[in-house]
Parts: sequence; structure tokens; C-alpha cells
Amino acid sequence: MNTRHLNFKRDGFVLSSLVSKDFKLKYRRSVLGVLWSILNPLLMMIVLSAVFSFVFRGDIENFPLYLILGTTLFNFMAAATNGGMMSIIESASLIKKIRINKMVFPLEKVIFELVNFVISLIAVVIVMLFFQVAPTWNILFLPLLLVYMIMFCTGLALILATLTVFFRDVIHLWGVVITAWTYATPLFYPIQRLPEFMIAIMEFNPMYQYVTYFREIALWAQTPSLEMNLVCFAMGAITLVVGVAVFNRSQKKFILYV
Amino acid sequence: MKKNKNLARPLGSKEMDELDLAVKVDAVTMVFNMASQQLNSLKEFFIAFARRELFFKEFIALDTVSFEVHKGDVYGIVGTNGSGKSTMLKIVAGVLEPTKGACSINGNIAPLIELGAGFDMELSARENIYLNGALLGYRKSYIDEHFEEIVDFAEVREFLDLPMKNYSSGMIARVAFSVATVIVPDILIVDEALSVGDMFFQEKCEKRIGELIEKHNTTVLFVSHSIEQVERVCEKAIWIEKGHLRMNGTVEEVCAAYRSMRE
Repeated sequence: MNTRHLNFKRDGFVLSSLVSKDFKLKYRRSVLGVLWSILNPLLMMIVLSAVFSFVFRGDIENFPLYLILGTTLFNFMAAATNGGMMSIIESASLIKKIRINKMVFPLEKVIFELVNFVISLIAVVIVMLFFQVAPTWNILFLPLLLVYMIMFCTGLALILATLTVFFRDVIHLWGVVITAWTYATPLFYPIQRLPEFMIAIMEFNPMYQYVTYFREIALWAQTPSLEMNLVCFAMGAITLVVGVAVFNRSQKKFILYV
Repeated sequence: MKKNKNLARPLGSKEMDELDLAVKVDAVTMVFNMASQQLNSLKEFFIAFARRELFFKEFIALDTVSFEVHKGDVYGIVGTNGSGKSTMLKIVAGVLEPTKGACSINGNIAPLIELGAGFDMELSARENIYLNGALLGYRKSYIDEHFEEIVDFAEVREFLDLPMKNYSSGMIARVAFSVATVIVPDILIVDEALSVGDMFFQEKCEKRIGELIEKHNTTVLFVSHSIEQVERVCEKAIWIEKGHLRMNGTVEEVCAAYRSMRE
């Protein structure tokens, strides 16, 4: 009997079935359907740039593009961790009855949000066309960024999912953390606006690193340095390792608490 | 609690084959920690911690239960409500990890514990059949091959593309049962699953289980409140009472003893 080992074929089919389920449910009964994944970031960008362009007038070139790059990437993280956090308690009825690799549930939410993020990239392309920002070959670094993001989000999702099983407080707390994190990351404002010490602290904010990486390759036509790649990779890898360890340590007890 | 001297360990499938076993439950003890299970927030946790109520109230659902099920056996499990039958089945199904002891399984398991777990009522039956199949561990090609068979058994062909929230509970049970039994499992676990649905459906389910037993030598673990049903379906039985194994023998012996206890 080897059901305890990760079975990629089986879990792969479970993952794809769950992702397609979530996808169908998300857009069921909406007229524009999947178009919302593109429209939403665009409309958000219009609102935010209308508000913030008064505040930071002229500080940032192509402000709407600067904005949409930051918010789409940040929203990917926020949605993936939120979904992952709820995934185990939402699948309680399944976990109690079927022997299944529990890790598929948080992982599925990350993949589902990744799919949504990739669709919302169409919105980014539209904005780039509008502002006539020509993509450079640096955009080829995007898959690398996505790998870092998947590691980071999966790690966080696993930690949150585990904590939520034992303490439902985490659900309420995480909403506040996400809001604070939104403002603590230079999504709407240029980092130069911050005082010196804040800029130094910012280096330890993974989302700042990822958002900057995204802007470098899509907006500023820069090649991310080796150092930056290493930092981004390390942040993702450490989070993932911690997440898997935390999850595996307590997953046997989940059934007693969900 | 004192430690078990002969340390129970799970057997490999080779050893199981030699002994011709399908399930071996070896000195399984299951202890639930009642106090800490009801705590769902940090506040409650700290209150309990301050009052030193944490980790105190223990509930022993199963106390060193051991039994062996040979391949092809049809085993019934009887016992009053809350005696630990469902906990036993969950351990056999691999959903629960025993606190002590070991449970070894030889072969693939189809758990029919509460049908329809994993259905999403917003999705159509067609979509749910694939989703549920995936969750039960089937390959996609396998579901493709057997799709017609599932639909025919469940008798829902006209409603295939309707969201399942519009189904009657009997229809849902039919779909769930036919998805769960479309594979030929080595071990089938049936827990009250047949109490839903009408008489005809129950008959049909029993027929399908009988087919699995006769044609495919499937090992069955069967739990039901209806002792008549256990007698009809099973050959052997165990009786679990308050977490202890009271009796293990042929279905006639065990059911007779169980009946006399109740009267």
C-alpha cells in the first residue's frame, strides 16, 4: 500500500478537477463571465489612478501601469492566501470521509488564483498598449517571477490553512493583515516617498521584492539582477519549506478539528 | 494508560498476502481529547489553559480492539449508537489515525461512508461525476469508460446537465452510490449508506454489493442499524460495545447475542 506517497497522476487529476470546478462556479450566471477577470483590474486601476494621481502628480511615469502591475500581483497573493486559508475547513466533509492528500486543497486555491492572474495579464497588456510601453525581452523573466510567487503563496497558504483549523481567529486577523500589507507595500506610491529607515525595512517585505521585480521586467525595461533573483527565490523557498513542514506536522490532527 | 508490550506495526502487503488477510486491526486504541476539540478560538484556548482544563477530558472511543478480516469475508459490525463503529470504519478507511496500535490494509478501498461527500450542488450531475470520481482516486480515462454505466445505474440520464441542487435526495444518493461502486474495490466499506433512498434503490444497492462479493471476491465491512440487514448480507460479524470488542464470530452467533443483550 503506498497511498501515503504523493501520487502525482492522481493528485494532478484532483487538482485540475477542483480548479475547473472553482472556475465554473466563479463565473456561473454572470453575463460577462471570464471577462470580469480582465475588466476588474482595469476598473480598479481607473479608480485608483483617478484618486492617487492627484496626490503623486508627476512623480511616476506611466502611473496607471505602475499601479496595475502592483495591484494585480498583490491581489494574486491576497486571493491565493485567502482561498488557501479557508480551503481545509471548507473541505471538512471530504476530509472526514475520504482518504485524500490534504495538501491538494490549499495548492488548488493557489493554482486557481494563478489562472485568474494570468487572465488579468490581458488587462496589463491593454494598459501597456494604451501607454505605448513596448515590452522588452526582459518580459521573458515573467515565468521565473511566477515560480517565486507560487512558492511564496503556497507556503503562506499552507501555514494559514493549518492555523485556521485550530484557531478560527486567523480568518479575521488575516483580513486586517492583508489591508495593512497593501499600504505597507509601495503599490500606490513611489518608494522614494518613504523615510530612509522605512526604505531599509522594505527590503524585507517579500511583496515589495516581487512587485519591484514585476515592474522592472514590464515597465522599467530592466534585467533583474542575480542578487534580486536570489532574494526572491530565497523568500519563496523558505516560506514554502516552513509551510510544508507546519502543514505536515499537524495534518493528521485536522480531522478532529474541522 | 499502560503501554502495549507487543508493539503493533502495520504489515506490508506481502505479509498480508501470505496470511490471506484484507484488513488487520492490531490493538487499535482511539482517544479523543474532548476539551481541546471544542476550542475554536484563541480566547477559548487561553481561558481553558488558565483553568488548566486543557488536555484533561479524554474520551476513549476504542480500547485495544483487534480483529482480522480475510479476503472475501463479508463482515458486519454491530453495536449501539456511539459505541465506536463509525470510528472503527474511519480508521480502516485511513481517514483517522489511531492513537495507538496499527491498522493494515491490503488492497484498494472504496469507502461508502455517508454518500455524496464532495458533491457541489451548483454543478450538474455530469460535472459532479467527474469531480467525485477524481476525489475518490479514479483516473479520468476510467471515468470516461464507465460514464454510461454510472448514469444508467443512477437513472438520471434526462437530468444529467441540471444543477444537482434541483435533485431529490434519492437521486443524489443514487448518483453517489453508482460513482462509488463503479470500480471493483478489494475492500468495500458500507456505513449506513443504504438507509437513504427508497426501497427499490436499497434493493438495487444490496444487489450490487452482492455482485461484488460473488463475482469479484470483494471484502466487505458493513455497518447498519438494521440488524436484519446485517444478517442478510454478512457471514461474520463483530460486536463493538462502548469501545470494547465484545464478540467476534459468525453472524448468527453475534446477532443472537446482540439481540439478547438488548432485550
